[in-house]
Amino acid sequence: MKVLYFAWVRSQIGLSEETVDLPDDVSTVSELLDWLRGRGPRHAEALHDTSVVRVAVNEEYASLDAPVAAGDEVALFPPVTGG
Amino acid sequence: MIRVQREDFDVAAETASIVGSDHGIGAVVTFIGLVRDISGGESISNMTLEHYPGMTEKMLERIESEAMSRWPLSASLIVHRYGHLEPGDGIVLVITASPHREAAFEASEFLVDWLKTKAPFWKRETTPAGAKWVAARDSDDAAAARWTGEI
Repeated sequence: MKVLYFAWVRSQIGLSEETVDLPDDVSTVSELLDWLRGRGPRHAEALHDTSVVRVAVNEEYASLDAPVAAGDEVALFPPVTGG
Repeated sequence: MIRVQREDFDVAAETASIVGSDHGIGAVVTFIGLVRDISGGESISNMTLEHYPGMTEKMLERIESEAMSRWPLSASLIVHRYGHLEPGDGIVLVITASPHREAAFEASEFLVDWLKTKAPFWKRETTPAGAKWVAARDSDDAAAARWTGEI
């Protein structure tokens, strides 16, 4: 799975993207976030408050209970501020 | 039509291009969002706009087609910039054209309200205290919520 980070999520984690091997027991966005927090203190800090993290799966907004699979592109970012 | 670009936009040229030779168009509404030199009481020296290439275009196209389905528009255009911007620079251009003004005005507001809350762009402003990511505003969510429905 390809995971992309944008804006302050990117700067806090220190990566713009990473490719991860998804464990079998990760099948939802919420489980993915739990698992990503375990990758290190920077991930844990950036992703600790899910109320300020938006999720897109394959370029579509997704909720915490949405399914994720190995071939997906998942993006994590703050609420948008364009316009 | 939608476009995401680093370069500035030429409002007159874009408007002429959108209207073309369609003389059934009686109203064109142009919205231009500009970089301000003050935000939350702090002075802003410049800004960087980050976006999610691919999803940005997809969301803008969907927002535009939603507007076309809700109002009798003859044509529309969204141009959104990214990268380094300075106070006074244009950030976003929204043009709506219709036989009559009501549809063009309403669709313009709709497009701006929805793109501000749905298109994946993020602003980082440079202030005297350093650079910081701009926080989303509840008032933008409220403005978008005036228009029912989802995409």
